[in-house]
Amino acid sequence: MSRIDASLPSRFSRRSVVEVLREYAIVVSFLALLIILSATADHFLTWINLLNTLESGSIYGIVAVAFTVLLIVGEFDLCSGAIYVFVGIVAAKLQPDLGTWPSLGIGVVAGLGVGIFNGLIVTFLRINSFIATLASSLMVVGIGTEVTNGFQLYIPDPDFAVLGNEKFIGVDYFIWIFFVFVVIGGFVLSRTKLGRWLYATGGNSEAARLSGINTRAVRIGAFSFSGFAAGVAGAVLISRTGTAIAGDGLADVLFPAIAAVVVGGTSIQGGRGAIWRTVLGIFFLEFIRNGFNLLEVNPYYQAIIQGAIILVAVGADALSRGTK
Amino acid sequence: MSDSASVGGGPSRTAADGALGVVVRGISKRYGGAQALEDVSLSVAPGEVHALVGENGAGKSTLGKIIAGAVAPDAGEILVAGRPVHFHSPRDAIREGIALIHQELQLVPALSVLDNVFLGAEPSRGGFVDRARQRERFAELAAHIGFRQSPSVRIETLRVAEQQKVEILRALVRNARLIVMDEPTAALTRIEADRLLEITRDLRDHGATVIYVSHDLGDVLALSDTITVLKDGRHVKTGPARGETANGLVTAMLGRSMDLTFPPRRQPPEGAPVVLSVKGLSRPPAFEDVSFDIHAGEIVGLAGLVGSGRTEIARAIFGADPSTGAVEIEGTRLQPRSPGNSIRHGLAMLPESRKDQGLIMVRPVRENVSIAHLREVSWHGIIQAARERSRVAEVLNSVDARAANHSMAISGLSGGNQQKAAIAKWLVKTPKALLADEPTRGIDVGAKRAIYELIHRLAEQGLGVLLISSELEEVLGLAHRVLVVRSGRIVGEFVGKQINEETVMRAAFGETGMGAHGDEAA
Ligand SMILES: Nc1ncnc2c1ncn2[C@@H]1O[C@H](COP(=O)(O)OP(=O)(O)OP(=O)(O)O)[C@@H](O)[C@H]1O
Ligand SMILES: [Mg+2]
Repeated sequence: MSRIDASLPSRFSRRSVVEVLREYAIVVSFLALLIILSATADHFLTWINLLNTLESGSIYGIVAVAFTVLLIVGEFDLCSGAIYVFVGIVAAKLQPDLGTWPSLGIGVVAGLGVGIFNGLIVTFLRINSFIATLASSLMVVGIGTEVTNGFQLYIPDPDFAVLGNEKFIGVDYFIWIFFVFVVIGGFVLSRTKLGRWLYATGGNSEAARLSGINTRAVRIGAFSFSGFAAGVAGAVLISRTGTAIAGDGLADVLFPAIAAVVVGGTSIQGGRGAIWRTVLGIFFLEFIRNGFNLLEVNPYYQAIIQGAIILVAVGADALSRGTK
Repeated sequence: MSDSASVGGGPSRTAADGALGVVVRGISKRYGGAQALEDVSLSVAPGEVHALVGENGAGKSTLGKIIAGAVAPDAGEILVAGRPVHFHSPRDAIREGIALIHQELQLVPALSVLDNVFLGAEPSRGGFVDRARQRERFAELAAHIGFRQSPSVRIETLRVAEQQKVEILRALVRNARLIVMDEPTAALTRIEADRLLEITRDLRDHGATVIYVSHDLGDVLALSDTITVLKDGRHVKTGPARGETANGLVTAMLGRSMDLTFPPRRQPPEGAPVVLSVKGLSRPPAFEDVSFDIHAGEIVGLAGLVGSGRTEIARAIFGADPSTGAVEIEGTRLQPRSPGNSIRHGLAMLPESRKDQGLIMVRPVRENVSIAHLREVSWHGIIQAARERSRVAEVLNSVDARAANHSMAISGLSGGNQQKAAIAKWLVKTPKALLADEPTRGIDVGAKRAIYELIHRLAEQGLGVLLISSELEEVLGLAHRVLVVRSGRIVGEFVGKQINEETVMRAAFGETGMGAHGDEAA
């Protein structure tokens, strides 16, 4: 194998293939899927179908944007699922007394508060963020269960359903909210000082600190953003369904969010990643589900395939760093 | 495994099964836009020390990695003991008796010395690691190369010189008969480096071949039998070390001749103001009660043995570690003492380890250079791309750092160019004082000279420089004034004509002679 024609550019040598694949895998896969699905499934490339995709992808997408930021800064947040559910409980409890918007607002602020708390314990107690947020998520779930006694809360007020069900120029409010998160998140990461701080802190925390970056503040900021985003997503959810019940939100929001982020190619080792990747990741996974439904593929296979895709994405990430 | 190699063979000799010769023919390797090696052919005779020299980015490490199976060439072939080999991994090379000691050490910091040495090569008995056998073999090899630390201490508690020896032990337990050493002395003090040269000679005399990569031409001339010069990925010449001179090598490396002496020192003007003032700084047990002033235009050397507290002092001044006492920049007391506040007041620090403390390896060259002064290239927190691009290009140029493009990850630059980028990062906004900890580590002769001139130029612009270097001649050749640290205290100060090797070394070792040499600080 060492006798490769020297005139071939090294882009084709072993290492570079891994690197290029890692770098643009999501773009290539996304385009390939787009072409296959539009060719095979009749109603795929329609405005309605696009909106449907966004409708199912936007809520966890809001959480995924924040999760991207957190992975870039080298941390992990298992708690955002619990916050997502908890915010609904807070809003549902307060709504009869305070009205719709104040109760939703307070819910979001509660999410932000839990995020700040997570940031503080991770940075000051130096606890691994995986464990720390696992612990805090148990606490949040516990509080939610205590507050509701395990019962389902129900808010019949039509006013309460506005955020989750009304549209603006034919597009759901919460899709617009997702859009705002994407635009702001993408802009901050790629164009601002704050973005550079986040990448630097995740890439090499000590070098970042010695470059004058307040890495603790950056970390706490990332966790706070994660709490806030989970809060917003939770407010949308409660408004959409009108019911809240205690839970950890793992399967509804956290797992799909993590899947979208890593499939997009953001490194779980910190320092590398982007919001556009996560957006493509969301679309990719939604398309697969959507396309399989159109093609009537058995849902069990869908889950297996999605799991395999995530493994491939994380594997490529590990490979690109592991080889020396 | 076709020749007489004996894996795990007789315990009495380290590399007694005969040294390996290696021949490379027509090797080429390209990384994206950079041609790291082009049609390089070379023959390394069994049992010789064969040096590879060349500028930063000349392709030395790449060639070493290819020979040791860590990187696959795009074209060309490798013959070991006369037979063509195709390595797919370092494991394949190890099986043939070839080991590589990387430029950046590859040990596992949290594991013990013993575990690191035997990692992946555990002698086992019935599937269990045979600890007793490991210890026995370790003791024997450790004695052989003069490694005196306990096998059970963790790697991260060892000094670099000791870690270097652990890497050599790693190669020896694998019965390596050809060892590629990539800049093994770059992080060592003179005494430690001399010891390493001795070990290397000893390896050769016991039947190992050594490929030795170094920027220290004095070492190369003293140690090697044959010297190969690379330039821009091409083979320039190979010849016996005898009769070769430093000037001859430099001319071959750079394609032009160069003055190897230190640039002349220009004295700072009389009565220049104090730019950096350190008062009663303490961080026991690393150092205590350190006070000194640096004037505008002055280069102050901080000399002392490794472990004497020099790096700790620099870090504390910068605010990287907590300490008591005061630091003033142009009379303004720094409060709080954090890196961020220090930078805002015009204090810069080039840290000791570029990989761990200086650079963010996964990020692009450009971001690494601008990261400490984003304010200079942004507007209300928004990065101005064009301004950043041109400013970064400018400062990289000023230190003569070469990168194919500034958007690639900085890990793709050669070691020397990384170091230049780590310096350039502090020039985006000219500081008032610079704490430079090992500024020329891993840098080629041409670039070293460029950095010396840069330090002079900065001093002439009115910067105060605190210089730490394990190369005593660097301190002697550059500094206007030398402070000597021993066991965390400043024990001597020498100015002008008083600065010479003997006075400085005597102060560094203390009255009791060799007593202070060693490991007081972690
Ligand atoms: N992993 C990589 N990705 C991209 N380019 C690389 C990579 N490794 C090396 N290069 C490029 O190949 C060239 C040769 O690099 P190499 O590390 O072999 O130089 P060197 O002679 O060892 O230099 P130094 O003295 O600075 O260590 C350089 O231009 C470098 O930028
Ligand atoms: Mg090198």
